[in-house]
Amino acid sequence: MSIASAETPIWQHRTPRRRLMLWAGWLACVALFVWCWERMTQRTIWAFVWDAPNAAADIGSRAFPPRWSYMERLWGPLWDTINMATLGTLLGIVMAVPLAFLAASNTTPSRLILRPIALFIIVASRSINSLIWALLLVSILGPGILAGILAIALRSIGFIGKLLYEAIEETDISQVEAITATGASQSQILTYGIVPQVLPAFYGISVFRWDINIRESSILGLVGAGGIGAQLNASLNTLAWPQVSLIILVILGTVIVSEWVSAKVRHAVI
Amino acid sequence: MLRIEGLTKTYKTGDKALSDVSFEAPQGQVIGLIGPSGAGKSTLIRCINRLVEPSSGAVWLNEVNLPTLRSGELRRARRRIGMIFQEYALVERLTVMENVLSGRLGYVGFWRSFTRRYPGADIANAYRLLDRVGLMAHADKRADALSGGQRQRVGIARALAQNPELLLIDEPTASLDPKTSRQIMRLIVEICRERNLPAIINIHDVVLAQQFSDRIIGLQSGRMVFDGPPSGLTEAVLTQIYGEEDWTAMQKGASEDAEAEAEEKAQAEKMLRAL
Repeated sequence: MSIASAETPIWQHRTPRRRLMLWAGWLACVALFVWCWERMTQRTIWAFVWDAPNAAADIGSRAFPPRWSYMERLWGPLWDTINMATLGTLLGIVMAVPLAFLAASNTTPSRLILRPIALFIIVASRSINSLIWALLLVSILGPGILAGILAIALRSIGFIGKLLYEAIEETDISQVEAITATGASQSQILTYGIVPQVLPAFYGISVFRWDINIRESSILGLVGAGGIGAQLNASLNTLAWPQVSLIILVILGTVIVSEWVSAKVRHAVI
Repeated sequence: MLRIEGLTKTYKTGDKALSDVSFEAPQGQVIGLIGPSGAGKSTLIRCINRLVEPSSGAVWLNEVNLPTLRSGELRRARRRIGMIFQEYALVERLTVMENVLSGRLGYVGFWRSFTRRYPGADIANAYRLLDRVGLMAHADKRADALSGGQRQRVGIARALAQNPELLLIDEPTASLDPKTSRQIMRLIVEICRERNLPAIINIHDVVLAQQFSDRIIGLQSGRMVFDGPPSGLTEAVLTQIYGEEDWTAMQKGASEDAEAEAEEKAQAEKMLRAL
């Protein structure tokens, strides 16, 4: 059939049947949304919701201005928080690096035993939030910074381990082949063929996790694991809103600084 | 001297990559291994140093049968087999010098290699080799800062740092432009002459193979279908290896390329003299 003929076929992106199904799908979504909204708001006391702007404004006015003089009692907890994040990250790295090499399919010494174990540890660590780790550890070790450091470390293992083992699995096989062909031993193949390839990813992942840990360690105090979160908890309980606002500002400042440091470092190594 | 007897490789999938390949590589001979993609050229080279395990057959290198070696002995044997790769396979984030020294990994212990404290003789030799391949000025640059041709020269220096008795060369020019390809091939052949090294060069480019090898082996779906001097590559033989194609036109075109290159070189020399 030539293009000039009157009966050029009509092209459509979707068949009529598929268009109908698409419409039905959207309709079902809207119906589901309406039903969910009904269920969700069954027990909502609307008077409170309508009053929300007033309540927010009230708390805002109580919290402002922040009580700057309280700052002198925050330096200590702030320092604790940063130390908790840093030491926790370091401890996490120390445990995550060997795990990552055991978990990566191209470097694991035993596919059937060690690899599943390493993967399980990584998943277990990842599936539990550091706040929950802290709750557990506070009840085991008692309140304080140590529980916080360990909580941060245990959560970091999974994060660093997973990203690092993925980086190891993505390494270029030909470089490994070339090092093998020189007669290098297994440990030399690892340090020459694989480590240089994953080093930038390793630095990036570690600094990124440290940055996240600064944020996480600032709330661990809520469950008794030390740091600035403990101060926040105490201030909230005594309704000391000017202190709360100051603490939130301090946390915000710390996070901005850590994010800036992390971005700088990652930019430098990649 | 290398002697291969009845080398066969069947992959787990049942694909027969090599069947019953036998030949000898005397000292100083450059063997061009040609054949279409999937003919088993790469597999053959990798079966020699056992980056791929052969299914059966013998590979004798100086009275040692490589396929029978256990891992420790295999490492010692690999030290004397230099390998040069298609995509250079340098450790991209290490310096040129570290890459050349990595050719010594089989000879030095773990901590020495880890802390980069190589023996003085190795370092002196590495500088000699860098000078030989013309990269003296680039010793402390990172490998990924070099051009393709320069990287391949580093690859050559790394293989030579092993003080090899045999060179295995896998598509050395496949990622290079025609002119750089010729320079690299020329360098490889010169080095084999200087050191009286046997080399097996796995190569796609029939014309380059003809120009630079002493002997051609043609593979076709895992079997040797040709073994002879480059001049023996007639139209009929090439058709047997690769299938129907206008081979005469291709060879003529290539000789024109070579002439153009020679002319360009002469022109450049004239300009230099004028300066």
